[in-house]
Amino acid sequence: MSRALPRAHELGLIGCHVCGLVCRDTGLPEGVCPRCESALHRRVPGSRARTWALLIAAFIFYIPANFLPIMRTASLGDADDNTILSGVVELWVKGSPDLAVIVFTASIVVPMLKFLVMATLLLTVHCGTNWARTQRAKLYRLVELIGYWSMLDVFVVSLLTALVQFGFFSEVEPLPGVVYFGLTVVLTMLAAMSFDQRLIWDCKDEDD
Amino acid sequence: MSQPITRADDTQQAFASALLICEHCDTVYRRRPLARGEVARCQRCHAVLERHQRIGLDAMFALVLTVMVVFVQANVWPIITLGLNGTQIHATLWGIIIMMWERQSQIVAVLAAGTLFFFPLCKMLLLGWLLAYGRRGRRAPGFRRLMVILHYIAPWTMSEVFVLGILVSIVKAQLYFDVTADAGAFAYAALALLITVFSGIDMRQLWDKIPQAAP
Repeated sequence: MSRALPRAHELGLIGCHVCGLVCRDTGLPEGVCPRCESALHRRVPGSRARTWALLIAAFIFYIPANFLPIMRTASLGDADDNTILSGVVELWVKGSPDLAVIVFTASIVVPMLKFLVMATLLLTVHCGTNWARTQRAKLYRLVELIGYWSMLDVFVVSLLTALVQFGFFSEVEPLPGVVYFGLTVVLTMLAAMSFDQRLIWDCKDEDD
Repeated sequence: MSQPITRADDTQQAFASALLICEHCDTVYRRRPLARGEVARCQRCHAVLERHQRIGLDAMFALVLTVMVVFVQANVWPIITLGLNGTQIHATLWGIIIMMWERQSQIVAVLAAGTLFFFPLCKMLLLGWLLAYGRRGRRAPGFRRLMVILHYIAPWTMSEVFVLGILVSIVKAQLYFDVTADAGAFAYAALALLITVFSGIDMRQLWDKIPQAAP
């Protein structure tokens, strides 16, 4: 298999990570892409450490994001604080269950999936196993594709805050949970971006 | 091209464009022309290597101009209007951003301003600039640097998520108030459609399609 499908380093080539140009690997540590002048490297330097750091930071923010309320609905002096989960429940019970499923997916399933997938990828890459490589690569691409949809709840809170402002009569106010949640989304996106997926394929091809 | 290739850069570029490296797993392929609608996939990791790009530079430029017009509409018109006892409140994108800033959620305001206004705006202006020159076969001033910037800001535009956010907000607010989707909401929906069309276009092709001027 490795004969039929040669990889870049076997041929002394590097694909530029920014513009995709195929370049000759000069072996110098500070190679530059002749087309876009970005730094050339086989693998993103420090990818694993950076991904771990961002993922852990995201997880730290994820805890208050879920436990602190994200939004307060005040009506005639009666205040009601909503967390992400209780917002989904409210939508399910009172409004439309189908939208509740979408919000549940975007704000709870997707972030959880991201943490699980990224941690699994980092651990398996660390072990150097070639277990389920195609599936892991697909999971990574899925996470990268759907990751930013988690911003949904942040936008909903912002929209409702701007809309409902009748003072004492009725008001929606953002609470700190939404800030933590927004930061979680950004940090998980950064974590996914800093992970070099080529690492998944870097172990020895024993079965070929 | 009858002249012999002499410059090191030219040799490099000629040899490079015959090859293709899967950005997901680093497998090297020989590039071959794709038929209409064809998608080349990596045999090792099954990721998309290259799609046939049926949209030419002129069509892309037209698309960018359309997106610009729709984007202005989406930002000028109110998105949702809420009525209660004869009072009406209109929410526009910048109204939302300013409101979040005033309500102790400055970070959210910055995120919204970036992902819904500044990054999409930058992306459109950059593309418009690059394509306005590109369709006449020339590289725009600053082509190289702008292409790199484009690569880095591309993942940070979230207008399509905002469209879903509008929908959810309308349903939620409808439980207590009289809510109507306004012109802005429809403009956003159109924007989401156009973004979907755009997502099939690989912007890296501009490197190949717009040749460097002869020195």
